[in-house]
Amino acid sequence: MKRLKTGGRIDRSTPLSVRFDGETLPAFHGDTLASALLAGGVSLVGRSFKYHRPRGVFSAGVEEPGAMVHLRDGDRHEPNVRATVTEAFDGLVSTSQNAWPNRNFDVGAVNDWLSPVLSAGFYYKTFIGPFKHTTRFWMMCETFIRKAAGMGRGTYLDDPDTYEKRNAFCDVLVIGGGAAGLSAALAAGRAGARVMLVEQDFDLGGAILSEAVGGPGDAWLKNVRADLDALDNVRILTRTTAFGAYDGDVFGLVERVSDHLKAPENHQVRQRYWLVHATRCVMATGAIERPLAFGGNDKPGVMLAGAVGTYLNRYAVLPGQSFIVTTNNDSAYAVAADLAGAGASVTLVDMRPIVEGAAVEAATKAGVSILFGHGVIEAKGRKHVTSALVAPIDARGYATGSSKTFTADVIAMSGGWTPAVHLWSQRYGKPVFDATGHCFVPALDETHTIQSAGLAIGAGSLDVVIAQGFEEGTHAAKSAGITGDAGPQPDTFDTGAFWQDGHHPIWAVFDRNGKSQGKAFVDFQHDVKISDIDQAHREGYVSVEHLKRYTTNGMATDQGKLSNVNALARMAELRGATIPEVGTTTFRPPFTPISMGVIVGHETGRHFRPTRLSPIHHWHLRNGAKMTEAGAWMRPWYYPQSGEDLRAAYIREAAHVREHVGMIDVSTLGKIAVQGPDAAEFLNRVYVNGWKTLQVGRLRYGAMLREDGFVLDDGATARLGAHDYFMSTTTANAAKVLAFAEHLLQTAWRDLKVHVTTVTDQWAAIAVAGPKSRALLSAVAEADLSAEAMPNNHVTQTKIADIPVRIHRMSYSGELAYEVYIPAGHGSHVWEAIHQAGPEFNLRPYGTEAMGALRIEKGHVAGPEIEGRTTLKDLGLDGLASSKKPFVGCVLRKRPVLEDKSRPTLVGLVIKGDIGAKPGALLFAQTGEIRGHGDGWVSSTTYSPALGKNIALALLKDGKDRRDETIRVVDLVGDQTVEARVVSPHFFDPEGVRQNG
Amino acid sequence: MIRINCPVCGLRDETEFTYGEDASVTRPAMDEEAMQPWLDYVFNRDNPRGWHREYWHHVQGCRQWVVVERNTLTHDVRSCRLAREVADETA
Repeated sequence: MKRLKTGGRIDRSTPLSVRFDGETLPAFHGDTLASALLAGGVSLVGRSFKYHRPRGVFSAGVEEPGAMVHLRDGDRHEPNVRATVTEAFDGLVSTSQNAWPNRNFDVGAVNDWLSPVLSAGFYYKTFIGPFKHTTRFWMMCETFIRKAAGMGRGTYLDDPDTYEKRNAFCDVLVIGGGAAGLSAALAAGRAGARVMLVEQDFDLGGAILSEAVGGPGDAWLKNVRADLDALDNVRILTRTTAFGAYDGDVFGLVERVSDHLKAPENHQVRQRYWLVHATRCVMATGAIERPLAFGGNDKPGVMLAGAVGTYLNRYAVLPGQSFIVTTNNDSAYAVAADLAGAGASVTLVDMRPIVEGAAVEAATKAGVSILFGHGVIEAKGRKHVTSALVAPIDARGYATGSSKTFTADVIAMSGGWTPAVHLWSQRYGKPVFDATGHCFVPALDETHTIQSAGLAIGAGSLDVVIAQGFEEGTHAAKSAGITGDAGPQPDTFDTGAFWQDGHHPIWAVFDRNGKSQGKAFVDFQHDVKISDIDQAHREGYVSVEHLKRYTTNGMATDQGKLSNVNALARMAELRGATIPEVGTTTFRPPFTPISMGVIVGHETGRHFRPTRLSPIHHWHLRNGAKMTEAGAWMRPWYYPQSGEDLRAAYIREAAHVREHVGMIDVSTLGKIAVQGPDAAEFLNRVYVNGWKTLQVGRLRYGAMLREDGFVLDDGATARLGAHDYFMSTTTANAAKVLAFAEHLLQTAWRDLKVHVTTVTDQWAAIAVAGPKSRALLSAVAEADLSAEAMPNNHVTQTKIADIPVRIHRMSYSGELAYEVYIPAGHGSHVWEAIHQAGPEFNLRPYGTEAMGALRIEKGHVAGPEIEGRTTLKDLGLDGLASSKKPFVGCVLRKRPVLEDKSRPTLVGLVIKGDIGAKPGALLFAQTGEIRGHGDGWVSSTTYSPALGKNIALALLKDGKDRRDETIRVVDLVGDQTVEARVVSPHFFDPEGVRQNG
Repeated sequence: MIRINCPVCGLRDETEFTYGEDASVTRPAMDEEAMQPWLDYVFNRDNPRGWHREYWHHVQGCRQWVVVERNTLTHDVRSCRLAREVADETA
């Protein structure tokens, strides 16, 4: 048992059931999974990414590279969870990852022996193949390498939990709940600012929580907390990570609402995504301790010194009996003293020649034996550290004499600390190098809205941390326009030394020749060693950005929190340059990994985007329609009768329209009211055809182009009054056409007195089509719909079932047909009125699939043909274009490439045999090789009940000249080839006798 | 997130807007028949590092097109004016 009888910030009266690989761990409320693992004596937690080396708990925070586990099981199973930031909860189950058959005996560990071939850049080199003709073999190897490398496995089950998003606004956002952040929040809060204080831990205090319980820090914390709790304008969010700093002073936070529980309780969400709009931000994110690079520095038992102090003081876990503490700065002395005080045997190996002062005296007094001018050159032990080889070293970290073996079960190391500048860097770019603390810190700039305080900017003592926090909090409130009095600054108290005191910049220990002895890791999570950086240097890599990508240093889920500076230091040494000359990479969000679920929030499944429903939607559902998605809309697809599938239903529906009468809900059409004295001129400019002659009470089909000359959309526009037009667009392009019209009217065409307004949602629309449509509508509408009174392309205002409606006579199906426009709220009522009058005329509703069949038979183009790459000419619509007036796209449509005669043009295909063509299938001549993109493609397909054949619309090179040619239609995806005869796209009633009758 | 101060609606998130196009180009007159001015208007673009004038559409708000001065390097927004007013001035 490694748990101490007393001390720590755990609640010994609340034991928890926590399991790892089936083993029960001694855990209490207040533990993390990592502290429970250490308390239970579990040192080997998992296997590493590339070499499958044994790894254990290395840190006590978000930077953890080793203790990554599978957490929970079933549909809540989550891989790559850092045990160090996983709060222990009752019923916690976890397992090791990246090890097979188990973590203690792992077959993949053979990679450790193969490491010479898996070194830096192996990925780039491997798949080229070392010798000619072996590429295929190496490609096969990739499968196995991919399987062996990696991390935990995810689950394929649906996430059972819910998440939510929330917006918040504040004057001052304080990130980090340590001494600096608390001081900043207190100052800004007392001044009267709306403050949000965000802390990723479940408790406030930061580094104070790693001090022995009952010390002066606890009293300080209690006072400041009481002051903060008394301020209603300060909102404190714990278990919340500020992961991203974005433009416009917007910050992304993730609050882990229920992750400390077995499952969310009381209908709570699992996590909450906060989007915070802050006027100012104080970044008090602290610093992360830096490892030292020596052989075997990744073995279970090698830990960061600060983390060892945290486990001892916060969790009352003494993870070993005999400790080597090795350091290049003063900050590890307090840890060494605390360990000795807890009864461990401690040898402090200080890499600096001679150090004096209070820290040394205190450690010596506590019983720590100190070796100056020495370094740990290698950690020994197979699955756990058993000893350390310690050698005298020079100022560069090179051994100057032979090494001695020291028995040790824990090696605690400190290479100094790295300020957590990530959020600042996400926003403002590269940090600057501070030569005193040998670390990167935020650059000072008065225009920045993120101010930094405390260890995040390399503060050298607690007085400075508190003073900076308080000052930046005061300043932030003032900058946000809050002018209240911040009151007195909190007092300071005594702590151990900070790292800047006598920090000596060596981060690695080498043999006499400057080589690391054994595998000395820089990036622990991605298995990047000192020798990989050396190799990259030998192969000519100079830029840090290239070094990062070639070696993958800093590219693991910890994003270089531990490895960044050590890699730069090695690079600088090899190049004979300084660290600032080598430079650093830029940080990007997220600061720590975040779940996809919390970013998605509520927007899953059917809530992924809004669903638009026609006013008649519920009638379709009640009457058994199968619905289909059309953009955001739901539309009736087909109305199956007993046992019918899609094909049987649409063929029946389409045939029924040609023989009797059918009705379809077309409420989804885009509808734009075009109003004003210059409306006709506006239409003249946006449509390719002329509009000046259209009389009131008439409608006309039109096509419009984009500025670049390709077809944008088509549809009919009716003239309702002198200055009042009603434009319809396709369902898909309604928003695009409106935005385009608004743009032109607000910029280049300000001379036109026209207003465009979307009325899509104001009007329900029903198309009534078929030979009996006139008789049916005459039975329900008051207007005279006879051929004389109401020829094709005419509009009339009338009433159906007491509702004022507008009837447009126009046809999409090619039959005698009308569109009835009804105020949306009455859409369902009028639909039912028409439907009730239907039996006498054998009326049936039809869906979009039958509508598609009917329009393909007529050769009408739709979305699959107007797809952004086709011109008027391609679609056979160039006859529509007026030569008497300019219109949008009229010049650029005549670009030589668009006039090229060999461009694919619209044709009809009659497919031979019983199998239809597939949309997207490619067209090839009857003989010759099938290669490349062919002579064109199939755009729309259907079975034509009118022709009794499978037909298709297609775009075919030289299409007009290839009538009656037999071609091959090749579906390369479905591996299916059919033959087809090229015909006119107007398969059915090309003269339009039926629709004009 | 870019914040755009719409002259009609006030300071709003970029998610309410859609990006339109480069606002430094001027649409040729409607009766312009030469190809080159249209090619320049539609296709030829500078790619400045720094301040850039561009159209945004307040599509989830007042539906006005606005001319935003945005720094392509920092995403700072310096000004936002109604497109119709900007066009009136340059006309």
